[in-house]
Amino acid sequence: MSTWLKRQGFKPDITVAAFFAVVAIFFYGSILWTFYMSLTRSTLIPKYEIVGFDQYFDLFTNQRWLVSCLNMVIFGVFYMVGTLAFGTLLAVLADRRIKAESFFRTIFLYPLAVSLIITGLSWRWLLDPTTGLQALIRGIGWETFTFDWLTRPDRAIYTLVIAGIWHSAGLVMVIVLAGLRGIDNDLWKAIRMEGIPLWRAYCQVIFPGMRPVIASCVVLLMSEVIRGYDLIIAMTKGGPGISTEMPAKFAVDFYFARVNLGLASAASIMMLALSLIMLMPYFYSEFRRRS
Amino acid sequence: MTSVVARRQPAFGPRAARIGLYVFLAVSAIFFLLPLLLVIMNSLKPMEEIRQGNLLALPINPNFDAWVSAWQSACTGLDCAGVRPGLWNSIKITIPSVVISTLAGALNGYALGQWKSRHANMIMLLVTVGLFIPYQAMLYPTVKILSNVGLFRTYAGIVFVHVIYGLPYTTLLFRNFYVGIPDEISRAARMEGARFLRTFWSIILPISTNILVVVAILQFTGIWNDYLLGLIFAGNDNLPMTVQLTNIVGNSRGAANPNVNMAAALITAIPTLVVYFLSGRYFVRGIAAGAVKG
Amino acid sequence: MSSISLRQIKKSFGALTILHSVDMEIDKGEFIVILGPSGCGKSTLLNVIAGLDACDEGQIVIEGKDVSGLEPSERGLAMVFQSYALFPAMTVRRNLSFGMEIAGTPKATVVEKVAWVAKLLQIEALLDRKPAQLSGGQRQRVAIGRALVRSSSICLFDEPLSNLDAKLRAETRVELKQLHETLGSTMIYVTHDQIEAMTMADRVAVMHKGKVEQFAHPQSIYEKPASLFVAGFVGSPAMNFIDGRLDGSGRFLTGDIAIGTDAYAFEERQPSGEIVLGIRCEDVTVVDRGAPESIPASLAFTELLGADALGWFDCLGKRLSVRLGIKAARSMRKEVGLRFDMSKASLFSRASERRL
Repeated sequence: MSTWLKRQGFKPDITVAAFFAVVAIFFYGSILWTFYMSLTRSTLIPKYEIVGFDQYFDLFTNQRWLVSCLNMVIFGVFYMVGTLAFGTLLAVLADRRIKAESFFRTIFLYPLAVSLIITGLSWRWLLDPTTGLQALIRGIGWETFTFDWLTRPDRAIYTLVIAGIWHSAGLVMVIVLAGLRGIDNDLWKAIRMEGIPLWRAYCQVIFPGMRPVIASCVVLLMSEVIRGYDLIIAMTKGGPGISTEMPAKFAVDFYFARVNLGLASAASIMMLALSLIMLMPYFYSEFRRRS
Repeated sequence: MTSVVARRQPAFGPRAARIGLYVFLAVSAIFFLLPLLLVIMNSLKPMEEIRQGNLLALPINPNFDAWVSAWQSACTGLDCAGVRPGLWNSIKITIPSVVISTLAGALNGYALGQWKSRHANMIMLLVTVGLFIPYQAMLYPTVKILSNVGLFRTYAGIVFVHVIYGLPYTTLLFRNFYVGIPDEISRAARMEGARFLRTFWSIILPISTNILVVVAILQFTGIWNDYLLGLIFAGNDNLPMTVQLTNIVGNSRGAANPNVNMAAALITAIPTLVVYFLSGRYFVRGIAAGAVKG
Repeated sequence: MSSISLRQIKKSFGALTILHSVDMEIDKGEFIVILGPSGCGKSTLLNVIAGLDACDEGQIVIEGKDVSGLEPSERGLAMVFQSYALFPAMTVRRNLSFGMEIAGTPKATVVEKVAWVAKLLQIEALLDRKPAQLSGGQRQRVAIGRALVRSSSICLFDEPLSNLDAKLRAETRVELKQLHETLGSTMIYVTHDQIEAMTMADRVAVMHKGKVEQFAHPQSIYEKPASLFVAGFVGSPAMNFIDGRLDGSGRFLTGDIAIGTDAYAFEERQPSGEIVLGIRCEDVTVVDRGAPESIPASLAFTELLGADALGWFDCLGKRLSVRLGIKAARSMRKEVGLRFDMSKASLFSRASERRL
């Protein structure tokens, strides 16, 4: 026993075991517990009698949940496409010889240091029709200018998209830029020798070679979408009406404000399932690549 | 840095294209700066100016009255002590959380790199997946565990949650860094008779300063900017700044004081912005490193 | 008494067997080179000796003491790594003294030993520098110094010269050999470079697929390779091989040609059957086409190497190399005959691939 202990001194096993215990209990254990709760009729007080998948049935007949899911899809698609396109464009430009590059870069990246709460508040103030952008443009003479999306139930979700792109474009820019800087200079020489036009060089040679980089951007943005909570709280609080509700907010509301533990757990498990399904291809390819 | 500069791509050719390029960059810059300018401008306006004009008008008589009131007398519900208590709470939550999660991540990251097992790959995958688990699927059990040991809604509780939830992330960042350090260095230390902890402390940690700074900055930004965990786990006496800020903004909805709200938002944003401007290189490197998770 | 004996060392990683029962007796003061291609298990063997990898079975005895269960630092040996593995954040001085610091060696002894090794390796001027401030050759010296401070009696080297440029490698080779003679220490040196093996070793262990194929003096490895693998691996250009068969009267038959093997010293009596004849390029002479005991061949091309030349001939469906004088190479005819010096040839069984 003592020699065993002595030999452990040279090995990381104890540290590793402690770390795995934390991950196992607080991450995977919690998931199992949450899943268990989702099978019960718990409301304010947890009940431990399993009733099956009733909560999931309730969830998918709940108008608010369905709207939340739809909103997440709309937000997710526009936010991800917008952020990827804008961020990639900025990265390509930053990789070219432009003047005052570090000045622009500092401006493009600072939103990453700003919390989503402050992002949401700022954009809420900026897009407020009576005092913000609309008022400014009307003030300088364009009397009929209208940009009141923040208060329109059918458009409010797109204001979240704008704020989201503002916050995350820098992230994509940094990651793609790192990928572009990693490209072998000989490849660029070959492109010039072949006389390939610039846009084709990017679309057909450079970006296809950066697939892992772009995949990791997609994964990061996707998990932002599914987790999206702070931005909504600060910017729209889910409104007008329930037009900008999303699953993450739905779950938190039902955990703490509306105290329906079972339903909140079911919603959380659905969020988790969605994350896993969306991330599966990425992890599968990563795992295969490494082993 | 010189090599990066040297291998940058040639400039766009035609003049028209270059002008278009700079117009695009300028418009983008305005897009990114607009919210910040709005908040700064209005935080400097007195209430009369706010009432007259719109938020995007330049301040006529800039002063710091709104800042003073945001700092010490803005109301969050019943309390009217400004964001000052929130700032202190955020500092005392963030510093130990960052220090502990960073150092523990370094130790774990090194241990994982040294740990040779057939299951290592599988378990690393589980840890990586752990990064993408929505908090919602872990919140309630964490609340229950913390209540059972009396830490729910306490100072120690919120620090604990930040450390635990941050641990897979910091661990993976360090592991990715340590994978690049030749294993022979650890083996050489073992030949010299150094044990695991000694090797970590005397050999590995001294060459980790860059990654320590990177991870600490990422953790600082993440924890300072956190809202959800602070709201749930901190308890009323320890609410971080982000939560107090939303309370101030939400509270004054009736009698809107946009200048005070915006001053409060700025004060809340300043620490992470300062870190960003001071540490630009590390910050950017951290984001790039953090993106290539797993 | 042996300095180090390895007894039936076995090691596998999962389903992959790295070492199949390795036995080796190493005398005190010997310079042993373990030679083999990458993946042959030579580095694993070294790590097992050092204790950095545990072996699954077998015994390691160092100076009469079974150390199989001991930690690397308790085995009384030292190691120089391929990448040098200097501790990056420590000065050279601290790199040298770190092990003693952990062991709690008295200060005065530490100072004395560091001074001794610094003088021996002429690195006194570098003691207060960090590894990053050193050139490749200087790092190499410090790494050797760190090993010598630990143990000057047994030292393990894991491809220590592979990160140096060609000139420095040749110089360091000589210095290491001199160091070995000065200190009289036992050295075990792993490499894939046969020049290092030939020039430095007292004995070479050639490894292949986790087995020691031959463990002998470098010259006999070259002249009398024990197996087909050793014959093919050692020597440049590689040994020429000709497939054929041995008839009952001891003649080597290939195609319609028969060569007598009277000059060959068989290790076993009267072998027969499918064999491979191996012959080095310097043991082949060019004769006229049709001369007795010769094989018809036609010249493909010649390579001039400065001091001498290599002629490449197509012969029996194979391409054989023959070492030639410069003059002979210049005036070489196309159609010739080749004659083998059978006293220097090697015959291997096709089935077992061992020397006959």
